[in-house]
Amino acid sequence: MRLTVNGTEHVLDLDPRTTLLDALREHLGLTGAKKGCDHGQCGACTVLLDGRRVNSCLLLAIAHQDSHVTTIEGLDGHPVQRGFLEHDGFQCGYCTPGQICSAVGMLDEVDRGWPSAAADDDPLSDAEIRERMSGNLCRCGAYPHMVPAIRQAAGR
Amino acid sequence: MKTFAYRTAVTPADGLEPGAVFLAGGTNLVDLMKLGVATPDVLVDVNKLPLDEIADLPGGGLRIGAGARNSDVAADPRVRRDFPVLSEALLAGASGQLRNVATTGGNLLQRTRCRYFMDASKPCNKHTPGSGCPARDGDHRDLAILGASASCVATHPSDMAVALAALGATVRVDGPAGRRVIPVTGLHRLPGDTPERDTVLEHGELITAVEVPPLPFAHRSTYRKARDRASYAFAVGSVAAALDVHDGVVRDVRLAWGAVAHRPWRAFAAEERLRGRPATRAEFTAAADVELAAAEPLRDNAYKINLLRRMTTAVLERLAEGARR
Repeated sequence: MRLTVNGTEHVLDLDPRTTLLDALREHLGLTGAKKGCDHGQCGACTVLLDGRRVNSCLLLAIAHQDSHVTTIEGLDGHPVQRGFLEHDGFQCGYCTPGQICSAVGMLDEVDRGWPSAAADDDPLSDAEIRERMSGNLCRCGAYPHMVPAIRQAAGR
Repeated sequence: MKTFAYRTAVTPADGLEPGAVFLAGGTNLVDLMKLGVATPDVLVDVNKLPLDEIADLPGGGLRIGAGARNSDVAADPRVRRDFPVLSEALLAGASGQLRNVATTGGNLLQRTRCRYFMDASKPCNKHTPGSGCPARDGDHRDLAILGASASCVATHPSDMAVALAALGATVRVDGPAGRRVIPVTGLHRLPGDTPERDTVLEHGELITAVEVPPLPFAHRSTYRKARDRASYAFAVGSVAAALDVHDGVVRDVRLAWGAVAHRPWRAFAAEERLRGRPATRAEFTAAADVELAAAEPLRDNAYKINLLRRMTTAVLERLAEGARR
């Protein structure tokens, strides 16, 4: 099968059961996306699929041969990455690649005017950022620093 | 995960070979395959079918393609303006990542999150017919209070389906035997003696679209969800409602409940009770009680009766207050 990751097309011979996450980690050596829960509940595996944030652990690689995948390795010096560094938005770092990819996708959703369940007037209020990022868990509890990191990346 | 063959669907009417299932977003199916609860021989990928359009229907309704992603439906300006209950229900469910992948058809066909169903090593009449239901005497705090049976007390987990049930939406289906239209309220079965069948769909039938009919007063509609944490959790109870009040009297109302039954529960008896009555707190509660009279709670989920009574009253009061402004 064929996979396009961070602008490079790869041809791989994979079992149909292979998830996108396993293809990235075990077959392409891109170990930034993490296998936390492997059930779509923690967000550590988040990557961008055609620009949209997704849980790569729940996607079968064979079904996404025509898509463009962006992983944390493909986000070189993105404003969200700088925000996480400047605001100390992590402790152990395990969830961080997923948090950052999710935040990149989330900020694009805000730019497109997508609503969230928080329903605040300001789509980048604390409550909005927390709601929009609720698909990413952090066992260290570094959330309070991620919120301003993400808002800074949005130019605020 | 058990091995399977993979192919892409060519037309919606293709149908399925024995042992095959359709793959849409896969956010539930792939998970159940990892857990060994779903063990298909063949996956037929429907993502390449052109089924993702959201189109206007004459008179103000919408046809939402079965392949439209939950996030796109929730963000659609027509949905937000004319059927806010549907946008709110979608946004109350799952996470941003899941909504970007999960489809309209797949959301309707997701399976229960009953912990016994999700565990292939446990007895469960839904995943292994005849093996028994440990939930009835076990962990059933989240499970059904309406329409359950001795063999299954599972709930349908969708938020979106509750809004669609309230809105009187229909499901368009295609398959080798032809096309048909099914009301959302008639898509999911009650469990009875055959809880292994979630819906009335036959093997090989594919949902191609959901149609939301015109409902002018649905611009005043809303969804409220109770759950164990502030976000990203399944409901323990939810309410979808639309209310039409004229001169302080309920002219029309649509009401449906989630997380209380094997299907999204349209509260027809409560609606019937309310039409023509004063739009007051007491009447709203009385209507909820008419519907809840049929409840048969288990040891640990009787709390849902009061929860639904109070949520229904609060949601209808809020909609009535909005109408006065």
